[in-house]
Amino acid sequence: MTGSLAALGRWAIGVFGRLGRGHLFLLQVLGASATLLPRFGLVVAQIWSVGVLSLLIIIVAGTFVGMVLGLQGYNTLVDFGAEESLGVAVAKSLTRELGPVIAALLFAGRAGSALTAEIGLMKATEQLEGMEMMAVDPLRRVVAPRFLAGLIAMPLLAAIFTAIGVLGGYFVGVGLLGVDDGAFWSQMQAKVELMDDVVNGVVVKSLVFGWVVTWIAVFEGYDCVPTSEGVGKATTRTVVHSSLAVLGLDFVLTALMFNQ
Amino acid sequence: MSSPSSPHVPTGAPIVEVRGLSFRRGGKAIFDEVDLDIPRGKVTAIMGPSGTGKTTLLKLIGGQLRPDAGVVRVDGLDVHAIPRDRLFELRKRVGMLFQSGALLTDLTVFENVAFPLREHTRLDEALIRTLVLSKLEAVGLRGARHLYPRELSGGMARRAALARAIALDPMMVLYDEPFSGQDPITMGILVRLIRRLNDALGLTSIVVSHDVPETCSIADQVYVLAGGKVVGRGAPAELQASESPWVRQFIGGLPDGPVPFHHPAVPYLDDLLAGPPR
Repeated sequence: MTGSLAALGRWAIGVFGRLGRGHLFLLQVLGASATLLPRFGLVVAQIWSVGVLSLLIIIVAGTFVGMVLGLQGYNTLVDFGAEESLGVAVAKSLTRELGPVIAALLFAGRAGSALTAEIGLMKATEQLEGMEMMAVDPLRRVVAPRFLAGLIAMPLLAAIFTAIGVLGGYFVGVGLLGVDDGAFWSQMQAKVELMDDVVNGVVVKSLVFGWVVTWIAVFEGYDCVPTSEGVGKATTRTVVHSSLAVLGLDFVLTALMFNQ
Repeated sequence: MSSPSSPHVPTGAPIVEVRGLSFRRGGKAIFDEVDLDIPRGKVTAIMGPSGTGKTTLLKLIGGQLRPDAGVVRVDGLDVHAIPRDRLFELRKRVGMLFQSGALLTDLTVFENVAFPLREHTRLDEALIRTLVLSKLEAVGLRGARHLYPRELSGGMARRAALARAIALDPMMVLYDEPFSGQDPITMGILVRLIRRLNDALGLTSIVVSHDVPETCSIADQVYVLAGGKVVGRGAPAELQASESPWVRQFIGGLPDGPVPFHHPAVPYLDDLLAGPPR
């Protein structure tokens, strides 16, 4: 009994200690990010790495998700003679939920894991320590540019995912299943709201997801045990924790933004 | 970039003063009231068996670790009492060669050596190129400047890291096990480089190593650490004649002595009779 309580206590101290370190780390990263404006090239290089290099997976996934939405949406709507509303169904599903959420999950798997592994390996091979001994702050030189890049890239990737998804839905609905072309676009134009759907859905959600996923990824890399096993575990934690955080936060944000 | 010692440091004073240094890790005392002086302009070797805290001492001197007690002064500055920005200013005057080299893997050799110059100076590219090439020429790697760290041998990586360590013309260079795992030719190159750079650039060098003949061949002064204490100190020749059993075991490479061959354990017979754990 005492042993179990002690184990529980150790676990709780470990979890809360880590949470505390993570938040202090975030404050330090934000402080370091504020000094990056004169050296924005460092951020641009990282946007290439976490954003541009994630484009292929975002485009391919967006296409298939849009096509599936088109097919499933048509099958449901046609029973009610409402297949002309397919454009709205596809666009609303993508802007409010699937665009930001799936893009964030893909971002966590593709870019988040890469960020953790990269920073973790830099730690394991003494590169971060070497920078410190050269009087270069690794938080400012390595972590902050990656954090800002994730924050900037995520909304762009979510927007691209959503746009490609709409095209995928159009291809299946209009191209293959015969939904009226004009009705597809005009109903979408009439029903999709800029503030509710595009800003709240795509922009706000993906900014929050980008913040959380990149924070988890850079913290896990920076805080990992500097061994090959430690880096592997940190990478796994990044994908698991950030995916769960995205799904949990999506519910909270949806409840706050779309609850009538 | 090297600057004269701090104004309040008397001429001839040691560049590094360690007083009453105690450091514990995981309940084990790594250092217990250690005193050391590193003279300016000399090559000082810190030697001792594996696990005696030689690398830890370098990290304490560089301000990467904080001691439990005692003071470490570098050029008159208490490295653990000064604020972070002043510590970083001090580090610009101290180069460090890591055992792994610690080269930035996404940069070429040239970019690695240029890295501290680009971070800390506003020199134009032409001057940076000239400086980098001069450092690379000094370590014999001017022709390898386009290579990435993954394309270098272990010895080349250390030489490239050495070029980077002297990029800002430091007053002192810390070498962490510079010879370990090197073939005899590379070892010879590194030994000569450390001595030559120290004399030509007017540096102070601290070499942490357990390669006795190589290190003794270039050191002006040697400290031998064991059991958390300084167990020997002096010129290499003085240590060869030392009566200390610790120093004799280490310098002579004897398998048993004050540093026991066996890790502490229960008697062998008791262990055998105890049977497998349940």
